[in-house]
Amino acid sequence: MLLIYCPHCQENREEEEFSYGGEAHIVRPLAPEALNDKDWGDYLFFRTNSRGIHHEMWYHAVGCRRYFNATRNTVTYEILETYKTGTQPTITGANS
Amino acid sequence: MSQNRLESHSGVAIDFTFNGKAYQGIAGDTLASALLANGVNVVGRSFKYARPRGIFGHGAEEPNAIVQLGSGAGTIPNLKATQVELYQGLQASSVNGWPSVNFDVMGLIGAFGRLMPPGFYYKTFMYPKKLWMTYEHFIRKAAGLGATPVEADPDCYDKLNQHCDVLVVGAGPAGLVAAREAARTGARVIIADEQSQFGGTLLASKQQVDGIAAPLWVASLVAELMAYSNIQMLPRSTVFGYYDHNFLTILERRTDHLGLISTRGARQRLQRVRAAQVVLATGAFERPLVFAHNDIPGVMLASSVSTYVNRYGVAPGNKLVVFTTNDNAYQTALDWQRIGREVVAVVDTRSNPCGDTVAAVKAMGIEVIAGHGLIEAQGSKRVKRALVAPINEAGTQVTGAVRRLACDLIACSGGWSPAVHLSSHTGAKPEWDASIVGFRPGDSKQQERSAGASRGTFDLMGCLSEGASAGAQAAMLSGYGDGNLQFPAIAVDEYSEQPQQALFLVPHTKTTSRAPSQFVDFQLDVSASGIELAVREGFESVEHVKRYTALGFGTDQGKLGNINGMAILANALDQSIAETGTTIFRPSYTPTTFGAIAGRDVNNLFDPERYTAVHRWHVEQGAQFEDVGQWKRPWYFPKQGETMQQAVDREGLAVRNSVGILDASTLGKIDIQGPDAAEFITRMYTNSYLKLAPGKCRYGVMLKEDGMIFDDGVCACLGDNHYLMFTTTGGAAGVLAWLELWQQTEWPELQVYFTSVTDHWTTATVTGPNARKVIAKVCSDIDLSSDTFSFMDWRDGTVSGVKARVFRISFTGELSYEVNVPAHYGRHIWEALIAAGEEFNITPYGTETMHILRAEKGFIIVGQDTDGSMTPADMNMDWVVGKNKAFSFIGRRSLQRSDTVRSNRKQLVGLKPLNDKEVLPEGAQVVFDAKQKIPMAMQGHVTSSYYSASLGHSIALAVVKGGHKRLGQVVYCPLADGRSIASEIVSSVFYDPKGERHHV
Repeated sequence: MLLIYCPHCQENREEEEFSYGGEAHIVRPLAPEALNDKDWGDYLFFRTNSRGIHHEMWYHAVGCRRYFNATRNTVTYEILETYKTGTQPTITGANS
Repeated sequence: MSQNRLESHSGVAIDFTFNGKAYQGIAGDTLASALLANGVNVVGRSFKYARPRGIFGHGAEEPNAIVQLGSGAGTIPNLKATQVELYQGLQASSVNGWPSVNFDVMGLIGAFGRLMPPGFYYKTFMYPKKLWMTYEHFIRKAAGLGATPVEADPDCYDKLNQHCDVLVVGAGPAGLVAAREAARTGARVIIADEQSQFGGTLLASKQQVDGIAAPLWVASLVAELMAYSNIQMLPRSTVFGYYDHNFLTILERRTDHLGLISTRGARQRLQRVRAAQVVLATGAFERPLVFAHNDIPGVMLASSVSTYVNRYGVAPGNKLVVFTTNDNAYQTALDWQRIGREVVAVVDTRSNPCGDTVAAVKAMGIEVIAGHGLIEAQGSKRVKRALVAPINEAGTQVTGAVRRLACDLIACSGGWSPAVHLSSHTGAKPEWDASIVGFRPGDSKQQERSAGASRGTFDLMGCLSEGASAGAQAAMLSGYGDGNLQFPAIAVDEYSEQPQQALFLVPHTKTTSRAPSQFVDFQLDVSASGIELAVREGFESVEHVKRYTALGFGTDQGKLGNINGMAILANALDQSIAETGTTIFRPSYTPTTFGAIAGRDVNNLFDPERYTAVHRWHVEQGAQFEDVGQWKRPWYFPKQGETMQQAVDREGLAVRNSVGILDASTLGKIDIQGPDAAEFITRMYTNSYLKLAPGKCRYGVMLKEDGMIFDDGVCACLGDNHYLMFTTTGGAAGVLAWLELWQQTEWPELQVYFTSVTDHWTTATVTGPNARKVIAKVCSDIDLSSDTFSFMDWRDGTVSGVKARVFRISFTGELSYEVNVPAHYGRHIWEALIAAGEEFNITPYGTETMHILRAEKGFIIVGQDTDGSMTPADMNMDWVVGKNKAFSFIGRRSLQRSDTVRSNRKQLVGLKPLNDKEVLPEGAQVVFDAKQKIPMAMQGHVTSSYYSASLGHSIALAVVKGGHKRLGQVVYCPLADGRSIASEIVSSVFYDPKGERHHV
């Protein structure tokens, strides 16, 4: 079970207070209708599935109910940092 | 006094039974020590060959003495007798050995042991496939995996969540001093040990520590630790799992030692500990030596023999032969000699043993047979003799004549394997170290360090100094102390030891495949020849060999056999042990009860239950309830003697013909406010809310970005920048999270706020042709005429003296008023409406009637008629999709994907069975041709199906490929019983297709 630092509550809390929100920094296309099926499909379905450094959203569901991002190592499950939505990670992997 | 109990050892007598026979032990015994004291040789039968087996070890490593305690509801299967503390009246039986350990029908199979090579089950019982269940039943019964109780567990269990700075696992010498160093710094320390007493190996040691006997030194140190207020000491507590971010689980056995069923609170407690730092001082397991018939009762680990003698005052035999590859086991010979029993000889595989302990043994006049192997034990239910022969330096060949030694006990030692299990749970890969002939813990992946024997340091001095350093370091890293040791070094006797020999398979005069079985894994009867055979059959990976031979798959998880097995495999593959590697240890370290894992989350505490404010009224009326998410909703309200069908027929007809009332309080309600509320809601729903005026409601459908229906409900405009969104009962939490996701992560510039108000309101739906007359009796300040308060309007008003919001929305197709009042007034308003409706025979109805009424109207239920792969068009609901919205609402683009515009998608239709009283089973598959061969081409499935009393025939909703263009066609639902029900595809709207009844 992970121990997650919520950047809004500014506390370490147990994983069971959170829910996972999938990969972070995926921007919704501003004009979806302008995209062909392939490009829209890429936005909808395709994720980096990183081995190692991964930026992902977490939701403090039974806490402050705020979304934030975490940089997590998908091999070791180590959470290297958490940061607020709209800000950028300080730790990035070679492929991210 | 029992035959094997030493006279020097006494205590309070304890009566117990084993396999129905009465015995006596003494206080402080384990079941194993008591059985040994009583001279019980055979405690079980082996898994595959049903060979008689005796007690082999003295702790968690025990492979043979697996017992079941008690009978009935409190019975516990698969305990190791070595870990069961004796209590008055204990009843134990062997889990294997059906029908008895001394006469075993499976023994007949044992006689054909050579016919059961590894993979036997795979090879033999696979065909014919149908018979596997029969085979499995027989195998399980015969092999004996214990019996699970069939009644509910009468005990209760607890969970406890804790944080600590330093968690010390194991209270042997290393763990105890680690805890002391850490506690001294002020850090919060937990020290846990699986045994009833702290001290580990020191409890059975004859060494002097700080000038006093080891057990006395332990007692004084434990007393010292207890004086710290910042230390928690947990005996009888097994740390069984090490998970991410230093989260560890401890099974604390609180009352198991007192009896089968706890009379004092929780029997066991699952402690869930988040530790800043961890010290693993889990010790080591002595490794057995693999020689022919090494499984005959009377063969034991050397350290176990010493433990029984020194700690429990039990001598498990008379004439001892020690067989060793190292100096350590010589101590057993000294212990045995000291109690006045005969040491026949010490057989040492090394050609020139000469350490201090060796010298001490020789000085006693005990024969040391160096350069020899004990190649075979003989005897049936007890060892009678040992065959000893000279072996070459490499330990691969017998080089001379065989000598026979009469004996009844063989204490063997192949060295020690560090207990790297917990470190391995963290993902650290154990590393082979030839100098200790064992795997050491790999590099730390988490905030942990190993100390003492679990790190491969086997001498007491080393254990104490490593433990102290580890404790101080862990405390410092958790923010306490400076890492320097607080206590002076501890003085212990030191012995010089010679290196041990690495020997994993003792040679025999015959080749491994011809020699009598040389067992590696006792519990699962895996022999050295079996592992070699697996290699000959092409298995190379240790993980594959493990699965093929079942090595390490028993309840002891190969604590004894794994290293020998891997080494034999490495040898057969002609590669090093390091190259072969080891299998990965996973939680649990030892078996853990389901009761402890479940804790209090059982029965009525299994899941929270939510009740509406009117719940008690429903109970008083005899309602039957249905679980909807966590809500308890009235399902139907049977009158005296009514069946469910009769009740829902009556309820449905009452709504269609007069008036009914439904508790709709469970519907999700989200209060939405902010200057951008309308814009935000319009982005989330398929239709537009920008022009929705206060006092108006609109039905909307919410899609996921893939275009599939996710939730539906009505949204009302309460005022400028203020809306109330209704969601499905089950979808409420998910919808709120969904709204927050988009607002927070995609459109933070939109000023809009969400508050869940589901529980704040009681919603009473009054529906039916007489609904207006009922409302009129309790509400005087709302003009109810349909001209001013029409369908899809809502009004503020006063109902029976309570401020209320009344919505004209309908899920039945009838004239409906949904009266919303603050939940505290829920029952008041409900009873007022019931009283007002009395003259119209107002009928409370439940979810079943609600489902039938809406199905008659073809209204979908998200999650029942949809399954996450349905678009609005699939549901024939194109009308709900706004075609001219400026913003590309969530899911819109996906409605144009090639897959979502296919013409043969599954589409919602009505089904009318040709036999119009037949109710189709929900979930039934739909096919076009009932006569086709199996597997049939499945064209869809039934999503909702009921008998409709209003219509006088059964109805169903289904999704069928291309269904919208198939009206009038006959389709079939083939059932498991061989019948096939024919139905006509009809419109999904069965009742009042023009929608005239709710517009009155």
